Amino acid sequence: MATAQASEADTGTIVNDFVLHVATANGSGSQTSNMVLLRALFGMGIPVSGKNLFPSNIQGLPTWFTIRANKDGWIARKQDADIVVCMNSETSDEDVESAREGAVLIYEESLNLGEKRPDCVHYAVPFKKLIAECCPDLRLRKLVINMLYVGVCAQLFGFDMEEIKKALGTQLAGKQKAIDINLPALEFAYKWAEENLKKVDPFRVERMNANEGKIIIEGNAAAALGLMFGGVTVVTWYPITPSSSLCEYLEEYLNRFRMKDGKKTFAVVQAEDEIAAVGMLAGAGWAGARAFTSTSGPGISLMNEFIGLAYFAEIPFVICNVARTGPSTGLPTRTMQGDIISLFYASHGDTKHVVVIPNTPKEIFEMAGEALNLAEELQTPVFILSDLDLGMNYWMSDRFEYPTEPFRRGKVLGKDELEKLGGKWGRYADVDGDGIPYRTIPGTDHPRAAYFTRGTGHTPQATYSEKPTDWKNNMDRLARKFETAKNMVPKPEIKDNGHAAGLIYFGTTTEAIREACVKLETKHNLKLDLCRLRAFPFSQEVEDFINKHERVYVVELNRDGQMRMALNAELPRFSQKLHSITHYDGMPLTADEVVEALVKREREV
Amino acid sequence: MAGTAAPKPPETNRVGLQKKDYAGSKSTLCIGCGHDLITARIIDACYDLDIKPEQFVKLSGIGCSSKTPAYFVSRSFSFNSVHGRMPSIATGTALANRTLKMIGVSGDGDTANIGIGQFVHVMRRNLDLVYVVENNGVYGLTKGQFSATADKGSKLKHGAVNHMHAIDLCALAVELGCGFVARLFAGNTKMMRQVMQAAMAFEGLALLDIVSPCVTFNNHAGSTKSFPYAKDNEFALQDIGFVPAYDPQYEEMDHGDEREITLGDGSHITIKALEKDYDPTNRLAALNLLAEYHESGKIPTGIIYINEKEPRFVDQINMCDTPLSRLKEDVARPSKAALEEVMNELA
Repeated sequence: MATAQASEADTGTIVNDFVLHVATANGSGSQTSNMVLLRALFGMGIPVSGKNLFPSNIQGLPTWFTIRANKDGWIARKQDADIVVCMNSETSDEDVESAREGAVLIYEESLNLGEKRPDCVHYAVPFKKLIAECCPDLRLRKLVINMLYVGVCAQLFGFDMEEIKKALGTQLAGKQKAIDINLPALEFAYKWAEENLKKVDPFRVERMNANEGKIIIEGNAAAALGLMFGGVTVVTWYPITPSSSLCEYLEEYLNRFRMKDGKKTFAVVQAEDEIAAVGMLAGAGWAGARAFTSTSGPGISLMNEFIGLAYFAEIPFVICNVARTGPSTGLPTRTMQGDIISLFYASHGDTKHVVVIPNTPKEIFEMAGEALNLAEELQTPVFILSDLDLGMNYWMSDRFEYPTEPFRRGKVLGKDELEKLGGKWGRYADVDGDGIPYRTIPGTDHPRAAYFTRGTGHTPQATYSEKPTDWKNNMDRLARKFETAKNMVPKPEIKDNGHAAGLIYFGTTTEAIREACVKLETKHNLKLDLCRLRAFPFSQEVEDFINKHERVYVVELNRDGQMRMALNAELPRFSQKLHSITHYDGMPLTADEVVEALVKREREV
Repeated sequence: MAGTAAPKPPETNRVGLQKKDYAGSKSTLCIGCGHDLITARIIDACYDLDIKPEQFVKLSGIGCSSKTPAYFVSRSFSFNSVHGRMPSIATGTALANRTLKMIGVSGDGDTANIGIGQFVHVMRRNLDLVYVVENNGVYGLTKGQFSATADKGSKLKHGAVNHMHAIDLCALAVELGCGFVARLFAGNTKMMRQVMQAAMAFEGLALLDIVSPCVTFNNHAGSTKSFPYAKDNEFALQDIGFVPAYDPQYEEMDHGDEREITLGDGSHITIKALEKDYDPTNRLAALNLLAEYHESGKIPTGIIYINEKEPRFVDQINMCDTPLSRLKEDVARPSKAALEEVMNELA
C-alpha cells in the first residue's frame, strides 16, 4: 500500500508554477511519456518548456527530462525541480538526495526511499506491480511502464485527461495499435492514484489561455522549415549530435513538400565526413544552388580549409552550427556557446564570416531563410549559430509567418547581361564600391561567362596573380564587403532606458536573461539596459550601445568569454568596459545564476 | 579568278568550333611533363565530341596535375579547389546542375594519399564524372616525395626506397563498383585519344588512371613510373575504338571479333582484345588481371572494366531534370498552405 506523507511546509495551493523532473533510463521510451505531459500542459494553455538532459548513449544510461510550467511565461531552465519522478533505480538515490527541500518525490515503492528525505512529499507507487497487472505482454512492460507515471502525475496534479489523450495521439502519430497499448496503462495508473494516493502537495494545473496561436517545436525542426521555405536546393551533411535532426527534419519536410511530378526538386546527400559535406556545398554554391549543411563544433573544425577557400573564392552557402559542449567530443549531448571565435574567424589567413544568431524557433525559421539570401547577396559562407538547447529542446513559439519576399539571389550576370556588357566583366571587380563583385553561374550560355575559380591569388579578372598589390587590393575589397555586411545582417534587439549598466547577450540565454531582469528589478532594484546580439559583424547599434553605457556585462555560455573577446577585437576602444559573466557546465543558463552574478558585480561597482 | 584559290575555311566540329576554341592558357609545367600529353588529349576529345565549352566544367584539387585545367578549354568554368577534395566539389556541382559535363583532374598524391577517402566515396556514388588521375608516383610541387601509388621497391631520385605496398587505384575502383576503369600511359597517344572520348561519353563515373611520368623527380632508373620504364613495360590489352552516335561508320563496320559497348548517348566503344583474351565486363577477371600484372611489374593498359548499366548518382537520388540552380520560387518555395499544415500539426 502506498503511503503519502505531508511535509510540514505544505500549505496552500500553487497553480501552474512548477518544475517537473523525470529520471529514466535512456532508450526506455520515456521520451513519449514526457512529451505527453509537456503537450498536455501546452494544450491546457499553460506556458511550458521541455529540456532533455540525455547521455551520449543509445540505451541504458540515465536520462532526465525537465518540464517547466509557468503561468507567467518563464520557461528558462530552473535549477531545482519541484516534482521529481524517479523511474531509474540506478540514479534514484542520487535523484532523491539532490531534490530541493520540500520537493515532491514520486518513485517505485520497493525502493523504500521514504526514510531518506523526511522534508519531502513522498508518493510511493508500486510501478512494477501495476505494470504486471495492466500489461500482459512481458516484452512491452519495459516501455509501457513509463506511461504509469504519466497517469499518476495526471491524477495528482489535475491534468485534463482529454488533453492527455490528445497529446498521446499526437505523440504516437495516431497509430491506433500503439495507443491501444499505452492508453489503458495510463488510465490504469490514473485510477490507481485516484483510489490510493492522498494528495498532500500544493501543485496543481489549471486550464488557462496563454497558448493561443502557439506551437511547440524544436529549433532544429524550425530551422529546417525556414530553409525549405527559403528555397534550399542542395543539402549535404554528416551526422553529428546535436545537429543531425536538423537535416533529418529537412529531408522529411522536403520529401513531403518539394516533390514535382514524382521527382525531387532538391538533393539531400549524406556525405562521408564533414570535409566532403562542405566540399559539396562549395561545388553546389559555386554552380548556383542554395546549399546548406548543419554540423557542430568538431565539424566546423574539419570544414575550416574549405571555409577559407569559400570566403576567398567568394562562394555562397549556409552552415548551421548547432553547438555542443567541447572541445573535441566533450559533452556531446550538452549545450554551449563555445564556438564564437572558431566561427567568426574560421580558417587560416585573413578571414571573417557573417554569422546570424537566433534565439528562438521562430527566429531561426526566419534567419535560416535570410541566411540563404545573405549568402548569395554577399557571395560568402554564412553561418547560423544555434546550440543544443535551441536545436534539440522543445520550445513554445508563435506560429511562423509565411515568407512572401522573393529570394534575393545577389549580383548574378546571365547571358543577357553579359551580352549587354559585350562580354566585358571581372569576377572580382568591385564595380559598385560595396566590395561585392558580380558572378556568373556554370552553364551560362555565353562564351565569356566562364572564369577560373581558385584558392590562389587572383586579379579582379580572376586571373592568377602573385603580385603584392593584387593580393592586398583583393583582401581590402573583402574587408569592404564585410563592412557592407554590417548593414545587411539582422540588427541587435535593444532595450535602452538610459541606465548606467548594460547587458549584452545572445541566443538561448534569452529566457534566463528575461526572467533575471524582472527579478533583479523587483527584488534587488537593479536595472540594466539590454542588447541582444543577432549577428556578426556587429552593426553600428552595438557600438552605440556599448559607448553610451558605463559598464557592460557580456553573458555567455563558455569559460573564456568568447563573445567578449570578439567585441574586444572588433571594438577595441571599449575593452575596459566589458565584463564577462560566464556559465560553462554544459547546462542551459538559469535566471538565478544571472541574478546572483549581477547582484555581486553591481555591488562591487 | 584563276590563280587565286579561295582560302580554305577553318575546320570546325559539329557545334561550329575550331580546335583552337578548346585551347587553354600556356602550360607552366616542366618541359616534357606527361601531364601536358594528357591535356592535349582532353582538348582533342572535347573537340571530337563537339562539347560546348559553356556546358563543360573542369575541376581539380591541388598539385601539378590539378593545375592543368588552366591549360585546356579556357571557355569553360573551372574550379581549382582543395588538396584531395575534388570529388566533393564535383558532387556539389552535379547536384546544382546535372546537365553539366564534368572532368576532374587529380594526381596520385591528391587522390591516393590525402584524397583517398573522397576517391572511395565518389566511386561508390557513380557520379557522372571523368576522373583523371595523372599518376607519377611522386609529389611534384613539394619536390619529389613518394606518393601512395609508388611501387614497392621503387626508388626516389636520391636513392630512398619505398618499402610500402602501392595503392592500385584501378583495383580499388573495380572493387567499389566503378563502371568505367581504364589504365593508360601518357606516352600511348592513340589509346588515350580513343579512351578519353569513350570516358567522356560514358554516363557515370569513368576513372582514367594514367601513368604520366614526372620528368623532374621520377624519371630515373629505379623508378617504375618513368618514361623509359613505362615504354618498356606497357602491355596494351586491347585495340580500342570510339564511334560517336552520329557517325554512320558504325553500321558499316566489320563487327567480327570485337566487343562492342553501346553507351547511353548512342555512341559505341569497340574493344578488340590483343594477345590475351580478356573480358573487361567481368569484375573478378579485372581484379585478377591487375593482381597478376602488378606482380610482374608490367603495366596493362586499356579498359580494365566496364559496366554501363549502373544508375548515375543524380538518378539514384531521384533528382528532377531541371538543374536545381535554376529553380524559381514557384517550385523552390512550398505554398502558404503547406506551412499552415505544418503549423497546425505542431499546435
